[in-house]
Amino acid sequence: MTLRPLLSRAVVGERTWSALLDLLVLAAVLAGIDGVAVITRYWFGAVTPAAEISHSPRALPLYAFYSVVRIAAAYMMSLAFALAYGYIAAYNRRLEGLMVAVLDILQSIPVLSFLPGVMLAMVALFPTRQLGVEFGAILLIFTGQVWNMAFSFYASLKSIPRELREAARIYAFSAWQRFTQLELPYGAIGLVWNSMVSVAGGWFFLMACEMFVLGKRDFRLPGLGSYLQTAAGSGDTGAVFWGLGAMIGVILLIDFLVWRPAIAWSDKFKFEQVEGSAQPTSAVLHMLRRSALIERFSLVVMAPLSERINSRFARRAAPAAGSAPRAWKIIAAVLLGVAGAGVILYALDGAVMTLKTLTGSEVVSTLAGAAATFGRVLVSLAIAALWTIPAGVAIGFDPKLARIAQPFAQIAASVPATALFPVILLALLRIGGGLGVGSILLMLLGTQWYVLFNVIAGAMAIPSDLKEVADVFRFRRWDRWRTVILPGIFPYLVTGMVTASGGAWNASIVAEYFHFQGRTLSTIGLGAQISQATDTGNFAVLLFSTIVMALLVVSVNRSVWRPLYRLAQTRFKLES
Amino acid sequence: MPAIIEARKVEKSYGTEGDGRIQVIAPTDMAIYPGEIMALLGPSGSGKSTLLRILTGLARPTGGEVLHNGQPLTGPCSNVAIVFQSFALFPWLTVLENVAAPLKALGVQAAEREERSTRILDVVGLDGFENAYPKELSGGMKQRVGFARALVVEPEVLFMDEPFSALDVLTAENLRGELLELWQSHKMPTRAVFVVTHNIEEAVLLADRIVVLGKNPAVVRTDFPVALDRPRDHKDPRFTSLVDYIYRVLTRPGEEAPPPVLPARPRYQMLPHAQHGAVAGLLELLADHGGRDDMYRVAAALSFEIDDLLPVVDAAALLGFAKVEEGDVEITAAGTAFAEADILQRKELFRSAALQNLSLIREITRSLEARADHTLPDGFFEDLLDEHFSEEEAKAQLDTAIHWGRYAELFDHDTDTHQFFLPEETSPTAPPEVAAR
Repeated sequence: MTLRPLLSRAVVGERTWSALLDLLVLAAVLAGIDGVAVITRYWFGAVTPAAEISHSPRALPLYAFYSVVRIAAAYMMSLAFALAYGYIAAYNRRLEGLMVAVLDILQSIPVLSFLPGVMLAMVALFPTRQLGVEFGAILLIFTGQVWNMAFSFYASLKSIPRELREAARIYAFSAWQRFTQLELPYGAIGLVWNSMVSVAGGWFFLMACEMFVLGKRDFRLPGLGSYLQTAAGSGDTGAVFWGLGAMIGVILLIDFLVWRPAIAWSDKFKFEQVEGSAQPTSAVLHMLRRSALIERFSLVVMAPLSERINSRFARRAAPAAGSAPRAWKIIAAVLLGVAGAGVILYALDGAVMTLKTLTGSEVVSTLAGAAATFGRVLVSLAIAALWTIPAGVAIGFDPKLARIAQPFAQIAASVPATALFPVILLALLRIGGGLGVGSILLMLLGTQWYVLFNVIAGAMAIPSDLKEVADVFRFRRWDRWRTVILPGIFPYLVTGMVTASGGAWNASIVAEYFHFQGRTLSTIGLGAQISQATDTGNFAVLLFSTIVMALLVVSVNRSVWRPLYRLAQTRFKLES
Repeated sequence: MPAIIEARKVEKSYGTEGDGRIQVIAPTDMAIYPGEIMALLGPSGSGKSTLLRILTGLARPTGGEVLHNGQPLTGPCSNVAIVFQSFALFPWLTVLENVAAPLKALGVQAAEREERSTRILDVVGLDGFENAYPKELSGGMKQRVGFARALVVEPEVLFMDEPFSALDVLTAENLRGELLELWQSHKMPTRAVFVVTHNIEEAVLLADRIVVLGKNPAVVRTDFPVALDRPRDHKDPRFTSLVDYIYRVLTRPGEEAPPPVLPARPRYQMLPHAQHGAVAGLLELLADHGGRDDMYRVAAALSFEIDDLLPVVDAAALLGFAKVEEGDVEITAAGTAFAEADILQRKELFRSAALQNLSLIREITRSLEARADHTLPDGFFEDLLDEHFSEEEAKAQLDTAIHWGRYAELFDHDTDTHQFFLPEETSPTAPPEVAAR
């Protein structure tokens, strides 16, 4: 075991290759340090809330860098928040119900509704530094990314098999060891996939988060989103395509450098008893694993560090089984509860005061908008289901087709639909379609992929003996769909539709209201209502339409999707 | 001798006070003493595993208390280990990391962790697999890792929750043997072993003391020492009489007979439930394979699961047509004669072998011959068998006897009138008139 690596080290070819790898890794580290310097100078420089956005493609690398940093920072915050929130919700029995309900509601609130509060607070916090505005934009992206990650980690924690938990308890794992050896690994795969979805969502709303008008104040942060929006606004088609190209390039690069390796790496956390046949691979991960530099780093720095942390926790876990700080804990909890209740009451009072200024016509137009958007969400879901079910089943049943189609679909899905809006709008306006119909198309662009991916996964999961039964008994086409395919993909279809419907509601914000070529295109809808209220600084309408949207989404979830989900979990579950 | 872990009047119920309250464990006393392997046996759903969790401190009893070396237990018991039914290995850790994890929890330094884990992996026969991941191992090897992880902390008591029930029959048998060997040679650094199982033979094979649990709610039905020498033999009549006794206790609630005094009276021979055609197939195969072959290969050649093959082999052995030795089946002279005979001769050979070797077949034939009308009701034989077997098993025994008796044309059975009778115009000693099929 120990002899073989030594021998292979001696081979010359191995050695040079490894040094090359180290150089690459070193270059990456240097680039990272330089990037930090650039960002720091920018963040701590004087505040320029409305930067002049250049149309030149030459500005794109820097803009792309700023946007990536924003999304990365927002993602890091999301990850930390998701871990903490999921952990507390899963282990604190008293708070669990409340925290899950809060998550459910927050998830249904569109990003833009957070905008005024977040932005004004941040600008007030750092009035003289760019950091305030920047941090506001990052927080906005954060609000669009964090909820499903928190849900995923919470659900993972809740589904850890009982015997694994008992093993950790009987062998007296410290909280730290339990977290690193049981909880985090168990949640890793869910976290990685949800991270991908979240970051894709971040790109989707990037345009909205980087450039917006809040009442009389104009916010414009240098970045890809604002570049695209400015280019589209002034009708500079060439610049739109440059921006689109840059965005797709960045997304593909991130996919290659981050998500592929993350997926390949997280494969080892799969909770399976036997080794699966197909394992994801990643060239980057392979490179990182073979780099001698990283190996030394983990050996010299990481291993002793984790050893130190572990023995600290291990020793503390051993004697401290007492209940001394109990009273102290109760007092802290009560104080926190009182403070929380105070804040909530104050906010409620403020909300009621704001809502009192609503006029009758505003209420009517919001409700009418809600109905219109509801209709659009339904139509877009129906269209999505209509084409993705046959297409997904065809792809899922045919491994050859799946191999060809899946990477394409993945790229198509990772391109944020918002980036395509200007192009599509141009086409729509040329053929004379309005935004009323166009917004359905835009919603569809953003959400149909969730359905497609889930249907493909569902079709692939149908056991081949069931398909063979259908062959043996010569089921006719309709019988085959009715008895094998539809029940087989049902749980997956429901999952996809739930995600898609949430996405469609959120997308209505950007789909129904659009600044384009110097004018504002909009149609009747709840999303348009929210966007317009943000633009004009009408907080009463903003608050009211946000509440309406959250109520609609949550009640549809409870009354339609959850029962369907339960049905899928019980009747249509295929156990292998 | 003071108990290591002692449960006093522990009980467990779920739900709130009042009507919705379900008691799963009635107040129970139980103690684990040093130097013994204790088996807790009970039907599924009887609360065995819950009791194990109460004894280890993983679950709290709703009443009563658990003492560990005389001290009341408030949390998970320190210094015990559990081997789980599902192995409960961390799939993202290597074999070595899995085994070292409990040491890490104790704050043992890295070098010592590795040294101790490697040593214990050696003991369970897994050296060379340190860097494998659990998913790369077979079920038996995974459970070996489970044992290594449990033993590495040198637990006072080794708890095992159905440790072999997720494994196939032969692997389980093998692991049981190795466990016993470790225990008897004192290579296992533990003072006592507590095993939960629903497998009666497993309990009798392993345990120094067996506690049988009844269900709804769980209550101790019997608690007795197993005074059998090791190594124990499944075929030993004293072994089988203990198995039967436990079977009776489990299947007949309310009847609290004392455990049998060993050595017990000679026992009724049990017919293995095999088809005569399968026996013939086995013998033909053996004759083709040079008279002797490995049990596994025979199973593969006949496309049988090993579990399904065993009764066939037992039947052949009972009839004197084959012998079993160290996992091999070997055909006897009588067996070879049978394999080479034609259909009519086979019946003849089978008939004489059955009359000579199978007590139930002989008894049915003799009883029928003794009757003037050559018929007897089912009840007659059922009463006879009930003394030796469970009701269900008695029925199964009669079914097999009917199947074999018909083939040998010794007797027949009318399912409508529930009667056994001798075939007309044929006496058991005369050659049959018609060859069936």
